[in-house]
Amino acid sequence: MSATAITGLSLGGGAKTSAPISWKVPIALTALTLLVGVGFSVGVGPGEVSHVTIETGNSWSGRPTFDLPTRASVIVLALVAALAAGYSWWRASRRLKIGRWVPAVAGAALVVAFLLWAVGGREQSLQATSLLSGALFLSVPLIFGALSGCICEHVGVINVSIEGQLLAGACLAAVVGSITGNPWIGLICAPIAGALVGCLLALFAVRYWVDHIIVGVVLNVLVTGLTSYLFSTVLERHAVFATRVQLPRWEIPLLRDIPVLGPVLFRQNVLTYIMFVVVVVLQIFLFKSRWGLRLRACGEHPKAADTVGIKVNRTRVLNTILGGAVAGLGGAYFTVAAGLAFGKEMSAGRGYIALAAMILGGWKPKGAILAALLFGFADNLQNALGVVGVEIPSQFMLMAPYLVTIFAVAGVVGRMRPPAAEGQAYKG
Amino acid sequence: MSQTAPPPTAGAPSPQTQGRDWRAVARRVAQGSAVTSVLAVVVALVLGAILIAAANSQVQATAGYLFARPGDFFAALGRTIADSYSALFQGAVVNLSASSAGDFLRPLTNTIGHAVPLIFAGLGLGIGFRAGLFNIGAQGQIIFGAIFCGYIGFAWHLPVGVHLVLCVLGAFVGGALWGFIPGILKAKTGANEVIVTIMLNSVAAFFLGWLLTREAFRKPGSSDPLSPTLDASAHYPSLFGTRANLGFVLAVAAAIGVWWLMERSTLGFAIRAVGANPAAAQTAGLSVAGATVWTMVLAGGLAGLAATSQLLSTSAQQLNSDVAGTFGFDAITVALLGRSKPLGTVAAGLLFGGLKAGGYLMQASTDTPIDVILVLQSVVVLLIAAPPLVKAIFHLPDEDRQARKAAKQARLALRTEATA
Repeated sequence: MSATAITGLSLGGGAKTSAPISWKVPIALTALTLLVGVGFSVGVGPGEVSHVTIETGNSWSGRPTFDLPTRASVIVLALVAALAAGYSWWRASRRLKIGRWVPAVAGAALVVAFLLWAVGGREQSLQATSLLSGALFLSVPLIFGALSGCICEHVGVINVSIEGQLLAGACLAAVVGSITGNPWIGLICAPIAGALVGCLLALFAVRYWVDHIIVGVVLNVLVTGLTSYLFSTVLERHAVFATRVQLPRWEIPLLRDIPVLGPVLFRQNVLTYIMFVVVVVLQIFLFKSRWGLRLRACGEHPKAADTVGIKVNRTRVLNTILGGAVAGLGGAYFTVAAGLAFGKEMSAGRGYIALAAMILGGWKPKGAILAALLFGFADNLQNALGVVGVEIPSQFMLMAPYLVTIFAVAGVVGRMRPPAAEGQAYKG
Repeated sequence: MSQTAPPPTAGAPSPQTQGRDWRAVARRVAQGSAVTSVLAVVVALVLGAILIAAANSQVQATAGYLFARPGDFFAALGRTIADSYSALFQGAVVNLSASSAGDFLRPLTNTIGHAVPLIFAGLGLGIGFRAGLFNIGAQGQIIFGAIFCGYIGFAWHLPVGVHLVLCVLGAFVGGALWGFIPGILKAKTGANEVIVTIMLNSVAAFFLGWLLTREAFRKPGSSDPLSPTLDASAHYPSLFGTRANLGFVLAVAAAIGVWWLMERSTLGFAIRAVGANPAAAQTAGLSVAGATVWTMVLAGGLAGLAATSQLLSTSAQQLNSDVAGTFGFDAITVALLGRSKPLGTVAAGLLFGGLKAGGYLMQASTDTPIDVILVLQSVVVLLIAAPPLVKAIFHLPDEDRQARKAAKQARLALRTEATA
C-alpha cells in the first residue's frame, strides 16, 4: 500500500523533474585513478624496467619476454584510466547511462599498472600466462558456487549454504575417488553430495518456511561438522583415504595454439572445461528457455507464476537441488581436481566469497563469473608476485581484492536488485 | 484473539497473539516452542549418538558378529554412547567425580568462559538480524575489538580498575568502528552488507597479521607474531575465586541493556520498524539510514566486547592472529538459536559454550572427536527453526499442518470449480 502511494505521489508531483545525477561512478573512478596513478608513477625510478613473459602457445614464437619501461607504462595506463574517468564525468553530466565497461577498462588498466609497478626494476620477469591460467583455475570453485547461487536466487531461494555444498562435494569426491582409485567416479559423486545439501535447504526453506539465511548458515555448520567428524574418525585413520587421485589436465588440440589465450584457457584441468560448458549452458538456458522463464517467474512473482499453472514450490525444490549439485561439482575442485586428499574445512570460506561474487555480479551469471574471476585473479596475484620477489607486505596484497570489492560494491555497483521474491516462502 | 480455528490463509509460523487468554496460552505451551525445543535437543542427541557409535572401533568390531552375539554389540553401543555423553555432561555442567566443591563446579565455569564471547557477539548479531541486516562481520569486529583492547592492555600501564575499563571501552570502540563501515556504506550507497562484512572479515584478519609483524605490536626480542603480555591490571577480576570472571556479569548486563534498547527505547523501536518494513518506516518518518548505521555500530561494539573475554581473562593474555577463533561465525548460530532476543541469546550462548567445554573433555577422554558438537548444534538450530518437522517426527498435533491441508483442499476445490 505505502509503496504504491509513494510512487503515485512522486509521479504526480514531479513529472517534469529529472532524477538527480548520480556522481558515484565518476567520483570513484577519479579517486582511484589519482590514487593509483600518482602513487605508482612517483615511486618508480627513471630507468626501471618491468619484464613480462607471455606464452604465445606457438612453438616458433615461444615465450617472448617484453621489457617495458616502468614509469612510462604506468603513466600511459593511468592516462587510460583517467580517460575512462573523464568519459564517465561527461556521460553522467548528460544524464546518460555509463556502461559497465567503463569501470572495467579503468580497473583493468590500473591492475596492469600495479603489476608493472610491482615488478619494476626486478631481474625476474612476471609470468603473465601462468598468472592468468592459475587465476582461472583458482576461480573454478567460486564460479561454480556463484552459479549455484544464481540458480537458487532466481528461483526465489537464498542459498547461503554454498560453502557447505562445496565442502560436501569435495569430501564425497575425495572419498569415492580414493576408494575406487578413479578420479572420474569421484567427480560424478561431487554433485550428488552438493545436491543432498540442496535437498536439505529445499526441505527447510520451501517445505517448512524456515528463514533461508538461517537454514543456509546452519547447513554450513552441519556439513562442516559432519565432514570434520568423518575426517577425524575415518579418513585420518585409514591409509586408503590418503591416496590422492587427480583429474587429468587436457590440452585441447588447435585451441591451445591460439596466441596468448590458448595457453590460458585451453591447457587446463578437466573440471575447468566442465565449468566452461556449465557456464554457457546456464547463461543460455536461464534467460532463453522455458525452464529459465518459469524458474525466474517463481523468484520474481510466485503468485503470478502459480496463476499461470507453474507449480511454484515444486519448481523451487527441484532447482534448489540443481543449484546444490552445481556447487557440489565445484567442490570437486578442492580434492580430485587439485589432486589432494580431503582435509578439514578445506573450502576455507570460498563459499562465502562465491556468494559475494554472485551479489557483486548483480545476481546474473555473467556478472557473477566476472566477479569470481576477479577474486581468483587476486588470489593468484600473491603467488605470481611472490615468484618475482616483490616485498610488499603480503597482508596488504592479500587484503587488496577485498578492499577493491568493498569499493566496487559501494561506489560502482551500488544498489542492485535481487529477484523480487527471494527469501519469501510461497504459501499459496 | 478469537477462540475459533485461525483462518487457514494466516498460517504464519508465529501467530502474534497478544491477548491474555489463558486457555490459549495453555494450548500454545502444549504445542509451543518449549516442547519443540526439548524435542529438538532429543533428536539432535539421538543423531549424535548414531554418529558416535558408528565411529567407535569397539562398536564396529562387535557389529561384525552382530548376529552371532548381539549382546556384545548392544553392550558396546550402550557403553560408547553413555561414556561420550557422560563426558560431555561432566565437561559442561558438573564434575561428578570431583573431590572438592571447586572441582565439582569447574566445568560450569569453563562453560561460562566459552559462552561469554558467544553471548556478546550473538547479542550484536541479534540486533542486526532484527534490523533486517545480515551481518556476517562479527569475526572482523571481534578482531578489531581485540586490536584496540590488546594494545591498551599491553602498551598503556594504568592503575587497576581504570585500565580494565579502558580496555573494555577500547574493545567496544574497535568493534564499533569496524561495524560502522558496513553500516555507513549500506546507508549511503546501498552497498550490500553481506558482501561488505564478509570482505571486512578478511581485511581485519590480514590487518591483524600485519600489525603483529610491526615493532609496536610485537613482543620485544621475539620474531613470533605475538604481542607483549597484557598487564595484570587489565584482567577481569575472578568471580568468587573461580575461573568465571567479571566478563560474564558484563555479558549479562549487556543482554539486559540490549533488551531495554530493543524493547523500550526509541532507537530500538526504529531498528525494529526498519527491520520489519523499511519502506513503511521511511514513510512514517523514521530515518532508515540512521537506524542502519546505529545498528551496525552497536552490533560491532558488542562483537568487539567478545574479544575481552579472550584477552582480559587470566588464561590468555596475548594478542595473536587466532584471537577471534571462530567465535564470529559460531555467534551467528547462537543469535539464530536465540531468535535474536537477548534472553534467548544468553541461553543459546550458554548451551553452545557448554557443548564446547564438554566437547573438549569428550574428545580427551573418549574416542569421540569434538566435531560431533557442530552436528549437534546445527541439528538443534535447524529443528527449532522448523517446529512442524519436529511435530511430524513425534506425531504431535500441528495447527500449521492442518491449516496447510485446509488451504490445499480449498485450492483444489477452487480449481475443480474453475475447470468444471
